[in-house]
Amino acid sequence: MKHTLSMLVENKFGVLARVAGLFSARGYNIDSLTVSETEDPTVSRMTVVVNAQDERILEQIKKQLHKLIDVITVHDFLKKEYIDRELVFVKIEADKKRQAALAKTVKKFSGVLVEKKAGVVIVEIAAGQQDVRRFLDEIKDLKIVELVKSGCIAIAK
Amino acid sequence: MAVMNGAQILVECLIREGAQVIFGYPGGVMLPVFDVLYDAKIKFILTRHEQGAAHAADGYARATGKVGVCMSTSGPGATNLVTGIATAFMDSIPIVAITGQVKTALIGNDAFQESDVTGITRPITKHNYLVKDVKELARTVREAFYIASTGRPGPVVIDFPVDVQTAKTEFTWPPSVSLRSYQPRYDGHPGMIKKAGKLIERSARPLVYVGGGVISSGAAPELLAFTEKIGAPLTTTFMGLGAFPSTHRMSLGMLGMHGTAYANHATMESDLILAIGARFDDRVTGRIDAFAPHAKIVHVDIDPTSISKNIRVDVPIVGDAKRVLPALGKAVKKAPDIKAWWEMIEKWKKEFPLRYKSDDHLRPQYVVEQIYEATKDRPTIIATEVGQNQMWACQWYKYKEPRTWLSSGGLGTMGYGFPAAIGAQMGCPDKVVFDIAGDGSIQMNIQELATAVNNKLPVKIAILNNGYLGMVRQWQELFYKKRYSGTPLKNPDFVKLAEAYGAKGMRITKKEEVPGAIQEALATDNVVVMDFVVEPEENVFPMVPAGEALNRMMNGMA
Repeated sequence: MKHTLSMLVENKFGVLARVAGLFSARGYNIDSLTVSETEDPTVSRMTVVVNAQDERILEQIKKQLHKLIDVITVHDFLKKEYIDRELVFVKIEADKKRQAALAKTVKKFSGVLVEKKAGVVIVEIAAGQQDVRRFLDEIKDLKIVELVKSGCIAIAK
Repeated sequence: MAVMNGAQILVECLIREGAQVIFGYPGGVMLPVFDVLYDAKIKFILTRHEQGAAHAADGYARATGKVGVCMSTSGPGATNLVTGIATAFMDSIPIVAITGQVKTALIGNDAFQESDVTGITRPITKHNYLVKDVKELARTVREAFYIASTGRPGPVVIDFPVDVQTAKTEFTWPPSVSLRSYQPRYDGHPGMIKKAGKLIERSARPLVYVGGGVISSGAAPELLAFTEKIGAPLTTTFMGLGAFPSTHRMSLGMLGMHGTAYANHATMESDLILAIGARFDDRVTGRIDAFAPHAKIVHVDIDPTSISKNIRVDVPIVGDAKRVLPALGKAVKKAPDIKAWWEMIEKWKKEFPLRYKSDDHLRPQYVVEQIYEATKDRPTIIATEVGQNQMWACQWYKYKEPRTWLSSGGLGTMGYGFPAAIGAQMGCPDKVVFDIAGDGSIQMNIQELATAVNNKLPVKIAILNNGYLGMVRQWQELFYKKRYSGTPLKNPDFVKLAEAYGAKGMRITKKEEVPGAIQEALATDNVVVMDFVVEPEENVFPMVPAGEALNRMMNGMA
């Protein structure tokens, strides 16, 4: 199961390595990770999306994250209690005809065509993790030149 | 307040934290600190290897309950500390390790004797620091001592670049430490304590299972009162030895892989296990899915990550044993009626006592028993190495007080015992300190004979010399058809070796010589190396083979 962990941490060097170490030491891959300063410049927000192969191991990782001296709070977001967004850039090879069709899809996901050149467009989408997956599914027949995702951020409702 | 440089501030802070001794080894980037130490009011003990310094700080901490301090230079000095830091981490021992570091401007440039110490020690410390600004130093040292010694204790590393040692600032001592992200919980949840009390009242076969947490918490008196109140039998882990007098009628001794058969049977038949400051290590549980099948489990631990880690717990109580045990005692209105349970236990005790072959051979168990006989009426600390010597020291010495048993449990570090004994002797000059060793392990930090002799720390080393790396040989005998690969040892003459260092050396080859030799060693005001040439292929029994259920013991005497 996918978990979205939202943490408040001290805004200091080394904290990211401590957090990442708890995952890497177990051979756990992190799906996405974002870090940024909060309204309090001494505190950073870290959002980690991870696919738990074993819920007990994730439970243990969560406890150990909380145990780290530089971690202030750890919250594992459950369905519906949070809003999540991810910023996505996709560079797509598309001729005029395909661009028109693509524009419709992009509009459906409230995205923007931020760059248009002959044969290549750059699309920007900001959406929840599920919508991002849906969008990528809809354009899967197009040739993607490059895909850049920011990683997920989340906020409690 | 005075303007001081970083080296002066460090030493001033160590003194203010109550440190009386530093174990360590100098080097290039630590010169400013060592210059301050030259006439500082703090004792410096030069070990002969940084690993010895880390273990000595650890042994000092275990024996005294204070924070141990060790120090090394950068690069190889710091990496030599690593095994000692990891040892302290696994056993939750409070030490502060200070490592020199290259100039801040050179960090990351592969400078001479540079290593990424905070990176290397991150997973084996409770916390670590790289001090980049001298203004942060005093607060960092205060935090380091606070973090090392509170909650679940553990090692903290301070990496200290040489230019920060020489940088100057106004010295101010932070009046207190408060960390928003680190607030250990000391009082157990009242609802959970009430629930546990009810379970105890209704239990028919309760068992108290005690770990090292009781010792770090200083909760031995509370444990005794609690256990006597509820009337239940008690077993300790390896780390818990000394938390409860093993001579007490309610003690079943140690459980686990080399525990007593009656402690293991009691665990498997119990209907309520009260785990206090223990962590259900794999050497304790045996096959995890077969562990204590009838028992509900109450787990008291200050570290929430220890709870429900290996074993699903029915009543979790996060808190300090010293505060939780009295509350738990109060929650039990009426002690359970467990006469039938005690009858079962007495039967096991009669049927499966700890034993070894009693004949005229010089057997290692006998040596440990005789050390106990010779020291039982005086304050004594036993340190051990790792392997068979360690397990015999668990089984055949009777620990009655906390902080009298120093041994590397979690990490199982060979070479731990002797430097730890040196640290303990430094902290407890009036106690007898023994290192029970094997002929393999003692050679891992034998160089510390110089440290012990030069500083007049009269540690007694009892080498149970069987000419093998005995525990590995035992497994090869039992599980690898006696193919003794890499385990036979060709040893130096330990008597001559001792004498070369200025210690007293003794060789004991006959059973009848043992008591006299121990008396002679005790009467010697010097370091003594006793080379007990024991039965070469003696095994440690009982034994639960790895991966077997706890009651599937080999007793070796059938």
